[in-house]
Amino acid sequence: MPDAAPDVESLRKRFLGQISPPEVMEVEKGHVIAFAKAIDDPNPLWNDEAQARQSHLGGMVAPPTFLRAARTQRLEDLPPDFPYTRLLDGGSEWEYFEAVRPGDRITAVNRIADIFSRAGSLGPMIFVVSETTYTNQFGRVAATQKNTSIRY
Amino acid sequence: MTDYPYWEDVKEGDELPPLTKRPTTRQLVRYAGVSGDFYEIHYDKEFAISTGLPGVILHGALNSAFLGQLVIDWMGPRGVLKKLGCQYRGMSKPGDVLTCKGVVTKKRLQDGEGLVDCEVWVEDQTGRKFTPGWATAALPVRAAT
Repeated sequence: MPDAAPDVESLRKRFLGQISPPEVMEVEKGHVIAFAKAIDDPNPLWNDEAQARQSHLGGMVAPPTFLRAARTQRLEDLPPDFPYTRLLDGGSEWEYFEAVRPGDRITAVNRIADIFSRAGSLGPMIFVVSETTYTNQFGRVAATQKNTSIRY
Repeated sequence: MTDYPYWEDVKEGDELPPLTKRPTTRQLVRYAGVSGDFYEIHYDKEFAISTGLPGVILHGALNSAFLGQLVIDWMGPRGVLKKLGCQYRGMSKPGDVLTCKGVVTKKRLQDGEGLVDCEVWVEDQTGRKFTPGWATAALPVRAAT
């Protein structure tokens, strides 16, 4: 863990506005079901095609946090000389515009929106705010996620 | 079939039916697999301790997923989740008994949509609210059906 106060200005100069290469995810029904089971959510909309077809959605969709599985370049992928190697998740803000369905092709792009530092219980911490936009195969934004990562 | 609320049925101060979760290390491994988040603090105790943590902790996003379920279980399949956010202010670990709770803070009609804002959070068995959050749901409007 670095002892000195972090040089936030140089980190901001280097990383702010950085845009990740697009990450493409084909949404597969089996993946949606496995995700639903992992989060222990039995809702038929993300577990059971036959039941989901009876709903007004007309078929299965992905649960709200499923797009976390589109692994855009994230902080753990930043260059090895980034001065803080330990990572915590600080929080997430989702906004939803369109349902994500099995068969969709989602392109995720991540942009670093803010970097700041704060003293924390585990020592000096760098907060990195990134905004991810998830666009479907029709060119429409299905969701956005603003995520705060904490490095220490 | 459960009766899910219409926008007109909801009033500020209404509580969402609580949702209890009992996360296990096995669940964290499953979540790592499906989400692609293989950071070792979520399943490797020695590694977690080496980073200054007390032990293995939940993925923050798993708590976020629980809050999504809380809101959707309440509003039913005809509701639409518009926004969901939370902050991970503290940690939770396998073996904790987590309760997701929520309360309606505001309702409004906007462009024909019946929107409901909720404060939501996850608390552990000691009552510590470690994941405060918020959600906006669009509920079906009876007048429009």
